[in-house]
Amino acid sequence: MLLKKLKISRWLLYACAALWLVPLLWMTVTAFRPREIALSPAFSLEFTLDNFARVWSAAPFAQYYINTIIIVVCVFAVQMLTATMAAFAFARLEFMAKNVVFMLFLVQIMIPADVLIFPNYNVLKELFLLDTKLGIMLPYFASAFGIFLLRQMFKTIPPELDEAAEIEGYSKWTILWKIYFPLSRPTYVAFGLVSVSYHWNNFLWPLIVTNSVENRPLTVGLAIFAQSFEIGAQWTEVSAATLLVIAPLLIGFLLFQRQFMNSFIHSGIK
Amino acid sequence: MDNRKLRFHWKANAFAWLLLLPSLLFLFLFTFYPIAQTVKLSLFQADLATAVPVFLGFDNYANLIGDEVFWKVMSNNLWFAIGTVPTSIVLAILMAIYCNKALRGTSLVRISFFYPTMIPMIAVANVWLFIYTPQYGLLSRLMKSIGQGDINWLGSPQYVMWAMVIMVVWKEAGYFMIFFLAGLQNIPPDLYESAQVDGVGRWTVFRKITFPLLMPTTLFVSIVALTNSFKLVDHIMIMTKGGPNNASNLLLYYIYESAFSFWDQGMASTLTVVMIGVLLLFAALNFFGLDKKIHYR
Repeated sequence: MLLKKLKISRWLLYACAALWLVPLLWMTVTAFRPREIALSPAFSLEFTLDNFARVWSAAPFAQYYINTIIIVVCVFAVQMLTATMAAFAFARLEFMAKNVVFMLFLVQIMIPADVLIFPNYNVLKELFLLDTKLGIMLPYFASAFGIFLLRQMFKTIPPELDEAAEIEGYSKWTILWKIYFPLSRPTYVAFGLVSVSYHWNNFLWPLIVTNSVENRPLTVGLAIFAQSFEIGAQWTEVSAATLLVIAPLLIGFLLFQRQFMNSFIHSGIK
Repeated sequence: MDNRKLRFHWKANAFAWLLLLPSLLFLFLFTFYPIAQTVKLSLFQADLATAVPVFLGFDNYANLIGDEVFWKVMSNNLWFAIGTVPTSIVLAILMAIYCNKALRGTSLVRISFFYPTMIPMIAVANVWLFIYTPQYGLLSRLMKSIGQGDINWLGSPQYVMWAMVIMVVWKEAGYFMIFFLAGLQNIPPDLYESAQVDGVGRWTVFRKITFPLLMPTTLFVSIVALTNSFKLVDHIMIMTKGGPNNASNLLLYYIYESAFSFWDQGMASTLTVVMIGVLLLFAALNFFGLDKKIHYR
């Protein structure tokens, strides 16, 4: 009786998983179908790469790719630097107004940049940074989330290590980069995954900030491409373009899914 | 002696503040300064018709109370939250419980649940727009094949919110599953072993062990899901532009419209203040009610 029940629930699980895959599969199939027959209900085995070729030549996706990669890499590099420094201060140093400053960072978690699109747009305008890649990146250079995550990690490192290093004549700054930084690699990986996927996928802010092809990331490019069709849209092309945009993260996720899941589960991301 | 100690303190303080300086700079520039500016601007009339902002006091807020679209947007957002939060949490718990078991094919199952999280909302919107399209769309074909009439999901005010809710549950449930997987890993296995020895049924095990011990995770995830239900708007841009007749409009999209379509800066600021208020309310729920149980356990 129990065995039978288990089997049913297992099949239910598989069915549910299959259901979850339907949108991706359908889009993938559509992206490879010839334009003329994509919408016909008849079954056939004709597949083509034409859609991708047309998409690639119809919009500057190569430029969008470069823009997104630059944004993602720079944001994470700067975040790593700023968050590591701040996290060390919170985890290992005693200083005036520590708790107050910590609370200030909490506010950023509660009120994320997504919500402040309008006032932040005004700030960028005052800085003359509208329609620049730097403008897209700037609001994310300090990450309270990264600071909290790294602070948790740094706190697990035994302080005896600091003392030993100090006797060796290391300065605090050297201890930070020679001991804490390398020991926290798994946390950086987890934070990197979150940061990269967030900024690869970010849309509203870059949409508001950018006007030109030179600075537009993939998401905004995709939206403009998809909207450029009339009603009765060219679904094959939109599917191909969508696939182009999501492919890198999706492939990366498939390759590293086990590590990815584990680092997610164990990094204490909440 | 005292002097040396003082100098040491001064140095330690300066070092800590130097480490914090870059983060604090960006924090003030893109969180605190903008918040202050929004609160200030919300007291002014600042739209295309007024070249120099005019001080209004609380008139913008008063206008908001009389604004039908605002109430529509707020009630939409409420329904959106009611539709997405409990559903995705229940699904996420079920997903996590089954994925946590070492069954064959689990990794593929986990992938299929989690991958929507990795996809930008804008891409999700493209795919689901295609699914919901009348006549050509997947759903439409499916309904035709079982002999049902065609529904224009995104074009009809009574269905559009359902369509959005289904899509967002599809996108988010797998994300919340991860938190529950982490929660499940924290439950000591001997609890289950002793339950098994006592011959307790599976439903009772879930009710008496699993669910209570997942409670902190559930509360935390509800806050995240609630916050998200106010933050997710990218899809509206592609799928409906808030329509038909504001039936799918949400608060953040209304802010975007006021600021960048109508160029009504005073109103956009007032709406942003409301949004900040909503988020602070959720944060307060988190801190005063739940935080003690979740962190530092």
